[in-house]
Amino acid sequence: MSDTAIAPKIIKKFLYVNRKAPYGTIYALEALEAVLIGAAFDQDVSLAFLDDGVFQLTKGQNARAIGMKTVSPAFGALGDFGVTRLYVEAESLAERGLTRDDLMIITHDFENGTTGEVPSIIVVDRARMSNVMAEHDIVLTF
Amino acid sequence: MTTMRPPDAAQCYDLNGAAIEHDEEGYLVDVAAWTPELALQIATTECLVMDDERWDVVRALRSYYEIYQVAPPIRVLVKVLAKTLGPAKGNSDYLYRLFPEGPAKQACKIAGLPKPTGCV
Amino acid sequence: MLHTVNASPFERTALTCCLAHAVNGDAVVLIEDAVYAVVKGSTASAEIVAMTEGVDLYVLGPDLAARGINRAKLIAGITEIDYAGFVDLVVAHTSSQAWL
Repeated sequence: MSDTAIAPKIIKKFLYVNRKAPYGTIYALEALEAVLIGAAFDQDVSLAFLDDGVFQLTKGQNARAIGMKTVSPAFGALGDFGVTRLYVEAESLAERGLTRDDLMIITHDFENGTTGEVPSIIVVDRARMSNVMAEHDIVLTF
Repeated sequence: MTTMRPPDAAQCYDLNGAAIEHDEEGYLVDVAAWTPELALQIATTECLVMDDERWDVVRALRSYYEIYQVAPPIRVLVKVLAKTLGPAKGNSDYLYRLFPEGPAKQACKIAGLPKPTGCV
Repeated sequence: MLHTVNASPFERTALTCCLAHAVNGDAVVLIEDAVYAVVKGSTASAEIVAMTEGVDLYVLGPDLAARGINRAKLIAGITEIDYAGFVDLVVAHTSSQAWL
């Protein structure tokens, strides 16, 4: 083992799995904080939304009247943080009477400076979601 | 509005007699309590003079936070400013010249935003 | 992938959701209140029996003991482990995921 001071930069694939609705518990806000920290440390960060977690992405949220911070606007900033993949489980949407149209439109810039925006939300079925989880080095569930 | 226990004087900016609460590092507790006048005062405590260039950055931060409710760390700030103000201003050399102690930290503080997430 | 579940199946959906995402070759460890799921005759245990082909199921012994759940009351096909066994499972899998 060498004792060099500077360790090589290690980039791991992180998946932050969101399974809770946004305002009943603090999980959604805490997850978001963890996501932003992961991204700030230049890790390869993706998000997954399943079960009640899909409620985090619905349009029209405003938590002012319950005295909480509205969670959803921050998802629009994820592209600026280099977070460009938000996997959403189709079955979880359907179980809750939701469709893709109920979700916010979240985009990120084309890579390599080309102008234009790409949708960040990727709707996947349950089997594909299992694969997505398996493809990541670190899975953090909230 | 309701009367509240006056916050500890050491934890407040004094703006014409009104106490504006901040945290131990000088970031505002309430983003909505910010005014341009307060920005001048915070800048003074940071030993900075607010010129047009610094105002551009502070205003860009305010509007970014208004939309996304997120205080951007330096790498994100550079990207955002490059988009909104052009590449001459959206680069870290330029921003470090304006805010030598860390553009994201200092400019966020002056803009009344929380400390950027991921800043240690 | 190693999955852990810590919630009672009668209070939360973590177990159901976990089982829906566990695939062939995965392992599931039931801890804390999730151990109530493996009691013979419960509706949750029926769900486990129906859904676990190709998935290895474990239950944490200390959590069973704490709750007074006798080994004789467990459904078949589930392996009881202690803390050291839990650690071994974590080491044996490249990644793990906690269903809360």
